[in-house]
Amino acid sequence: MVDVTHPLRSAAAPAAPAAKTGLNRLMRRRSSVAFLMCLPLIVIITSLVIYPAGYSMFLSTLNKAQTKFVGLDNFRFLLKRDVFLMVVWQSAIFAITAVLFKALIGLVTAHLVNNLPAKGQRKWRGMLLVPWVIPLALSTLSWWWLFDPTHSAFNYVIEAFGGEPIAWLGNPYWARFSVILVNVWYGAPFFLIMYLAALKSVPEQLYEAAKIDGANAWQQFIHVTLPMMRNIIAITVLFSLIVTFANFDIVQIMTAGGPRNMTHVFATYAFLLGIRSGDIPLGASVSLFMFPILAISAVFILRGVRKRGREIG
Amino acid sequence: MTAVTATSVPRVRASRVQGSLQRGRRWALVLSYVFLVIFAVFFLIPPYYMIVTSLKSNAEVAHLSSNPWLLSQGFTFEHFRTLLKETDFLIYFKNTAIVTVCVVVITMVVSVLAAFSLGRMKFWGSGILATGIFLTYLVPDTLLFIPLFQIVRGLGLLNSYWAMVLVYPTLTVPFCTWIMIGYFSSIPKELDEAAMIDGANHMQMLTRIFIPVALPGIIAATIFCFTVSWAAFVYPMAFLYSSDQLVLTVGTVTSLIRADVYQWGMLMAGALLAAAPPLIIYAFLMDYYIAGLTAGATKG
Repeated sequence: MVDVTHPLRSAAAPAAPAAKTGLNRLMRRRSSVAFLMCLPLIVIITSLVIYPAGYSMFLSTLNKAQTKFVGLDNFRFLLKRDVFLMVVWQSAIFAITAVLFKALIGLVTAHLVNNLPAKGQRKWRGMLLVPWVIPLALSTLSWWWLFDPTHSAFNYVIEAFGGEPIAWLGNPYWARFSVILVNVWYGAPFFLIMYLAALKSVPEQLYEAAKIDGANAWQQFIHVTLPMMRNIIAITVLFSLIVTFANFDIVQIMTAGGPRNMTHVFATYAFLLGIRSGDIPLGASVSLFMFPILAISAVFILRGVRKRGREIG
Repeated sequence: MTAVTATSVPRVRASRVQGSLQRGRRWALVLSYVFLVIFAVFFLIPPYYMIVTSLKSNAEVAHLSSNPWLLSQGFTFEHFRTLLKETDFLIYFKNTAIVTVCVVVITMVVSVLAAFSLGRMKFWGSGILATGIFLTYLVPDTLLFIPLFQIVRGLGLLNSYWAMVLVYPTLTVPFCTWIMIGYFSSIPKELDEAAMIDGANHMQMLTRIFIPVALPGIIAATIFCFTVSWAAFVYPMAFLYSSDQLVLTVGTVTSLIRADVYQWGMLMAGALLAAAPPLIIYAFLMDYYIAGLTAGATKG
């Protein structure tokens, strides 16, 4: 082969001699090399994502022993059960409320950090991202301990101020509040980071122009910041919606769906039916209910990401 | 901003305006700090509480009237000792480390190769494939764990941590490939043309030019991959059950909880040690970590 010890040498080296064998020629063809480099990825995605996704649809049409084809009976069965309808409802409440608060807190904290002198921003950003860095299962464990029925550290504070202790995970409504709170705690820093990056990418001239036109801080936010960030907000919200809808760790560890099944979301209910109770087809059917919301969000995210890619460069 | 002009009369007015602006700014700054402190307290409560509890004696943890937020009776490393000596924590740690290292290596090799090919070389269908990769990144593990349970069982890998090495790449490969495509496409075309002229083949181009130039991207992707495999919970929860095969997340959450008595001091010590590696990496490589986080939505 040719000399490659100085690949960056600018003087043109003599052209490579013609390939001798057919295999060699094939290897030198750009597109076949490219395809070969992609092959491991294609194998992984096909066998571990696409195939299981299809297999899941197949599984959902079987009976519990996986011996008989039952068509859509599993879905029909689920839709008739009150518990499942509550799961759908709770998943929606959980995801929508959590994403809303994450987005709000993220937006507020991103602006606050952006207000600081440039020197201190790094430190604050580093501190505020900690919830996102701790593995969720482990931080949820410490939240569980904070919500402990007899030793709750929050109740200690409430009682110190003369209030009544709260059954954080014992009362179904407080339990719903608690799992959402933990999700907001975990996800808000992600929004903060995304928004902060977006805020930095808004050209300074736009703010100067707005100031010359006499816009106050709020008007600048509404007429400059928001339109410039609209795309990134949409991407982050939709992405977070998917992740939150599919969340498993928080509910599984803190309540395992209880009390009275009122905190179950799709993932934990699918786990309960599919793995714990061994009815794999039914579990697969439950998790497939997530599919429509995921597909719709995914299409919009893709559109947003492409648009942002063009805007940036 | 107020412009400071050369003439003397406007300058007086300008400085007065500037003064009130500065006062306004200072107020805004003070308010920013106040609210940031409130948010920081909210964000740091759980890690703080983990540390405090893990250093308390069992008696103090159980004692109802003592302040749970403070260490009022000195501290002890007793829980860390019990955790390391009397539980399987170190086995979980070892299993997690093995799984994570394997997954990081597999993911980085697969995704760097694929990203180079998709971002630079193009072939029939490569555009569609890149989009497809992004879409598979959006497929959550909770949609796949039930069919994968069947597949893993079929392969005889149920209750073996090697099954994690097999399935974790579904969490890491799509995103790493996606951000690496972005990093590779931002490298100027002139570089590969120069290498081509010098007669470098594609592999040499990748290893001698693209990987060194895109190193920040590779570090960001590696960190992402590490934290995801370290923190994964759904798959091990569904596929592993015996103590010698568990990984840290599931082991700490399920197996350390013995009988009816929760040993909260030891549990928090375990959570703290298990969360330490990602936190340490984050502390040292924060900028790469954040670059990887934001790259998914902006590149490609």
